[in-house]
Amino acid sequence: MSIRAAVEWLANTEWSIALHESQYAYATIESVHVWALCLFVGFAVLLDLRLINAIFRDVPVSDMARRLLPWTKAGFVVMVISGILLFYAIPLRTYLNIFFRIKAVLLILAGLNAFVFHHGIYAKLPDWDVGVTPPRPARVAGMCSLILWAAIVFSGRMIAYNWFDCGKPQPGLISAAAGCTAADIDPYR
Amino acid sequence: MLLQLFQTLENGAIGTAVRDSLWLFPVVEVFHLIGLAVIGGAILVVDFRLLGLGLRGHPVSRLARDVQPWVVGSLILMIASGVPLFLSEAVKCYYSFAFWTKMTALLLAIIFTFTIRRSVLFAPAGRFAPASYRAVALTSIALWSTVGWGGRWIGFS
Repeated sequence: MSIRAAVEWLANTEWSIALHESQYAYATIESVHVWALCLFVGFAVLLDLRLINAIFRDVPVSDMARRLLPWTKAGFVVMVISGILLFYAIPLRTYLNIFFRIKAVLLILAGLNAFVFHHGIYAKLPDWDVGVTPPRPARVAGMCSLILWAAIVFSGRMIAYNWFDCGKPQPGLISAAAGCTAADIDPYR
Repeated sequence: MLLQLFQTLENGAIGTAVRDSLWLFPVVEVFHLIGLAVIGGAILVVDFRLLGLGLRGHPVSRLARDVQPWVVGSLILMIASGVPLFLSEAVKCYYSFAFWTKMTALLLAIIFTFTIRRSVLFAPAGRFAPASYRAVALTSIALWSTVGWGGRWIGFS
């Protein structure tokens, strides 16, 4: 089964339709998504700012990681669960949304950035834990993370807009990147 | 009277520009959301500390002093981006319960943050009992959460 077929199947499940048509459930889930943004992105930003030496210079990086990362992870779990539910409410349109796809790519890049940081300069943490400007790779990782999360918030917010939905007049490249089929672009062809 | 004022504001240059533009509203909203994430993190990290969570072992006043410019900076960003959003749909806001809930909570949150919370945060260690710390933290989280939820619900009304 193709991804597309799976998404179409998902869109026709009873709960997906119920969520889509609910008066309060969708709005409540979205509010949870926004609230968790403060916990998750808010704390991630604090860690990033620490890495670029812009805040909490007296707090060891190891302390920041040990004490704040569990909360960041908890916020991330809430973000993912509420995000999946938001997708589940509008599966096909979201799947064919160019901003959703951009967001997915940016999320992977943010994950890669965190992975490289964690297994790279973070492993040498005793050398730069506190009292010194974090080394260049750490500052670069912090800066990349800040830019990526801002871009993720941007693309996430833009999913709500239908400017580039299949069938809108637009370059073929965007239609192709959004996964629009000929039938999506022109149902009356 | 107030409704007339809101109508005038909505028909002003900024409100009209945001309303007539396809992309201005969402883009301004993104800045509003980024400001939200920053102010949320900066407020929560100190409130968590007051609750004995997160950055334990570091003095409250030190943490509070470090986040202060980020709280003020992101609050300025929030207001600077929030005002054009409001101006573009002032009349809708006038009739929105969520809007008035948010504005009331915002006023209370700002007053609380820069008076009671501030004096507790910068008080010498041991001046206040842990119970007062917890009360301040929970009040702060409740007020700011109401601001956030109210803001999100303006869009649903």
